[in-house]
Amino acid sequence: MTADTKFTGQTFKSVGTRPLRPDGIDKVTGRARYGADIDLPGQLVGSILRSPHPHAAIRAINTSKAEALQGVKAVITAADLPDLTNGNKELFDILDNCMARTHVYYDGHAVAAVAAVDAVTARKALKLIKVDYEILPHVTDVDEAVAPGAPVLHKKCFTQGVEPKPKKPSNIARRSEFGHGDVDAGFAKADVIIERTFRTEQTHQGYIEPHACVASISPDGSGELWVCTQGHFVFRQHCAELLGMDVSKLRVTPTEIGGGFGGKTHVWAEPVALALSRKANRPVKLVMSRDEVFRASGPTSATSIDIRIGVTKKGRITAGDATLRYTSGPYVGMWAELGAMTSFACYDMKHVRTVGLEVLVNRPKTTAYRAPSAPMAAFAVESVIDELAGRIGMDPVDLRIRNAAKKGTRSSYGPVYGPIGIGPTLKAAKEHPHMSAPLGENQGRGMACGFWFNFGGQTCTDLNIAPDGTVSLTVGTIDVGGARASLALVAAEELGIPYDQVRTVVGDTSTLGYNDMTDGSRGTFSSSMATIMSARNAISILKERAAKMWDIPVEKVIWEDGCAKAVGKKHGNLAPLSLAEIAEAAPNTGGPIAGHNELVADGAGVSFATHICDVEVDPETGRTQVVRYTVIQDAGKAVHPTYVEGQYQGGAAQGIGWALNEEYVYGDDGRLQNAGFLDYRIPVCSDLPMIDTQILEIPNPNHPYGIRGVGETSIVPPLAAIGNAVSNAFGVRMTHVPMSAPRILAALDEAQAAASEDVETA
Amino acid sequence: MTNLVNTNINGDAVGFACEADETLLDALRNRVGLKGVKEGCGTGDCGACSVILDGTLVCSCLVLGMEVEGRTVETVEGLSNGAELHTLQSKFIEHAALQCGICTPGFLMAAKALLKNNPDPSEEEIRYALAGNLCRCTGYDKIVRAVQATAAELREA
Ligand code: FES
Ligand code: FES
Repeated sequence: MTADTKFTGQTFKSVGTRPLRPDGIDKVTGRARYGADIDLPGQLVGSILRSPHPHAAIRAINTSKAEALQGVKAVITAADLPDLTNGNKELFDILDNCMARTHVYYDGHAVAAVAAVDAVTARKALKLIKVDYEILPHVTDVDEAVAPGAPVLHKKCFTQGVEPKPKKPSNIARRSEFGHGDVDAGFAKADVIIERTFRTEQTHQGYIEPHACVASISPDGSGELWVCTQGHFVFRQHCAELLGMDVSKLRVTPTEIGGGFGGKTHVWAEPVALALSRKANRPVKLVMSRDEVFRASGPTSATSIDIRIGVTKKGRITAGDATLRYTSGPYVGMWAELGAMTSFACYDMKHVRTVGLEVLVNRPKTTAYRAPSAPMAAFAVESVIDELAGRIGMDPVDLRIRNAAKKGTRSSYGPVYGPIGIGPTLKAAKEHPHMSAPLGENQGRGMACGFWFNFGGQTCTDLNIAPDGTVSLTVGTIDVGGARASLALVAAEELGIPYDQVRTVVGDTSTLGYNDMTDGSRGTFSSSMATIMSARNAISILKERAAKMWDIPVEKVIWEDGCAKAVGKKHGNLAPLSLAEIAEAAPNTGGPIAGHNELVADGAGVSFATHICDVEVDPETGRTQVVRYTVIQDAGKAVHPTYVEGQYQGGAAQGIGWALNEEYVYGDDGRLQNAGFLDYRIPVCSDLPMIDTQILEIPNPNHPYGIRGVGETSIVPPLAAIGNAVSNAFGVRMTHVPMSAPRILAALDEAQAAASEDVETA
Repeated sequence: MTNLVNTNINGDAVGFACEADETLLDALRNRVGLKGVKEGCGTGDCGACSVILDGTLVCSCLVLGMEVEGRTVETVEGLSNGAELHTLQSKFIEHAALQCGICTPGFLMAAKALLKNNPDPSEEEIRYALAGNLCRCTGYDKIVRAVQATAAELREA
């Protein structure tokens, strides 16, 4: 971070307005091109054979019959994607996940692939491939995987982060710990301590667009890839490394993306499509079916969390302790670690400890899902905080306000906070009319808070001034929901020109320098920072050109309202030169005018939200409906408030689906039972109410405009907010997500049975 | 066996070849080139492939290409009148009823079918009429508002 990126408190003309997005018309007319909409001349259809077993050794694969089928142009197995990872464990896991080598680790694990002239032939060919499996014992449940005697996925897996190194291998791949103070001393000061175990089931990001790509490798070793991705530069890197290509010889063009939410941060089919294209010497298009998306691409973790929190009667939290077990699929991840870091991030705690355990299971490799790992931890913590408030007879909002982290608080995961939004969102919740609205029969109200770090990272942008003075901005982060509009607003603001004069495009990997993945809510934060710097770079050139045109020293030129203006007694009466006039003269003043910037965007301001939710539970069936919902979140500065609201609403809806209905269901055979939208039911329009939003703006001191990421935090509070609402309606504490109708009904029945027992004994 | 199908798509007489077991979705996308029709599931669960067949909303992944012989098909590509957007299209953009936009063609067709039969739907009627279309990005709030705004404007027109 440099002095240039500090927040200056400026007022805005463009930023904060709500213009129409430049890609809108293409998206309402069917013109926008998504992953599956790209076709190349002579392209083949690729298709992947997947394991039906959750755990097996691959003895042999016979592809000869498939190869002999007319119309089949290539068949590949792991042998065609040899291990070039050179001891890089993370990369090896990616490779092994894309194409199984010695073992399959989950139902849906890829074992072979074909490229054929059409889909029917490709499907026929898959059936002709014979795989000889030696079936091994499997484990899919998080608690069963850590129990003694569980089948161990990897014989060489000794828990990392434990000293001394364990003698026996286990499914706990890694342990991490965070916190400070002395939790025992803290609990000793508590008047009330609550200890509970929570479970959350595995969910899928559920983007409506399945993974899709078209790969084309030329005999000279160069290649092209069109793909729906959240990070084309990272995809290029991984694909090139796995295929042994020079990175710059692979050009990756991101298509429009039909949802990602973290799930399109990982390569799955892309290296396979490239390997097929290389072998067939033809372009190959590979589109996953919905079944494949569920079985083989990025779900989030299933978790089991032990939590213990103590408070004084006066409502001061004295200590918090959590052990979090998160599944990461068959390969080590950092999911429990993120859960451990986020658990208590909302609170100012003297004594806190969190331990994360990454648990290996025979399920697909866990991938990021919007604020990955935070919703489950928040479910546990925010449920217990609410229960504690009830026990000491304090309003749950007041208890949270009393303990909220603030500027200067040392966070539970280490860093000391700058100005943050948890206190303000809680205060806004307390004052919100939703909080005091009357409730109907069988209804309950709950609230909860959420936190997400937000990321920055490597970013660059190009800002080219066209000869007519219009501006084309090229960015390297993906537009998942209006970013092109937001970044055009930022460029317009900095240059002092109208929004309509700027057009933003997402550049491919050969037109722009490296950009990190569009994740961690970093897109608008990082690319706006680089856009501001690019614009400032262009402005300095524009001033030089104006000085040349006027033949005055450049120090006498300022940039204001989209024009170069001469200042000082001697030159102050010169008529300003507009961007268009300077651009038109460019051929005679030094050539094309452009601004560039490359940076590591540091200082992504942390993000907090408070949600309020009303539910109605049908006591007969346990079916629970959200009847009113309010999201209050800090945006730092909302560049395009409508799209910020959209992020808040979309995250809340995903959280509501997670809380009430969505879960991966595995059979005893280790196979996924509900790999489709009929049985994995995400919220539909009639399941939800309008979702009210309130945007707070507590400027991020480390961004010139005060911007924070806004994309993820809103998925964090809903699980607990709904759990708390159910508890407030019926006095039952839900500890297992999703709170599906059968689980709620069971809890209601249990509570009723306990109550009638009390009556009998009394 | 490949068959020739003669039909009317978005007002034009169109002929396409298709296999007996090929879905209308695949035929529209791969044979006719109408890629605005999207596939989210292929099993009738997401509505991304929604088209209007002889005035009725259908999932084109559940219809065979051969079934549209002699019938009329409307897709998102036929919604606007040249450069002039349909009110639904402009309201969807204005109200930010799309984020990623993959579900949008399906929602536009479902909303069109709704408003044709019910020009003044309540919020609940809108929500139930659109319940066959999945959107993972928006939480539906802005979609419902865009449809309400369209209905209001069309009623005035
Ligand atoms: S693709 Fe037809 S309903 Fe999903
Ligand atoms: S806008 Fe992305 S699925 Fe609806």
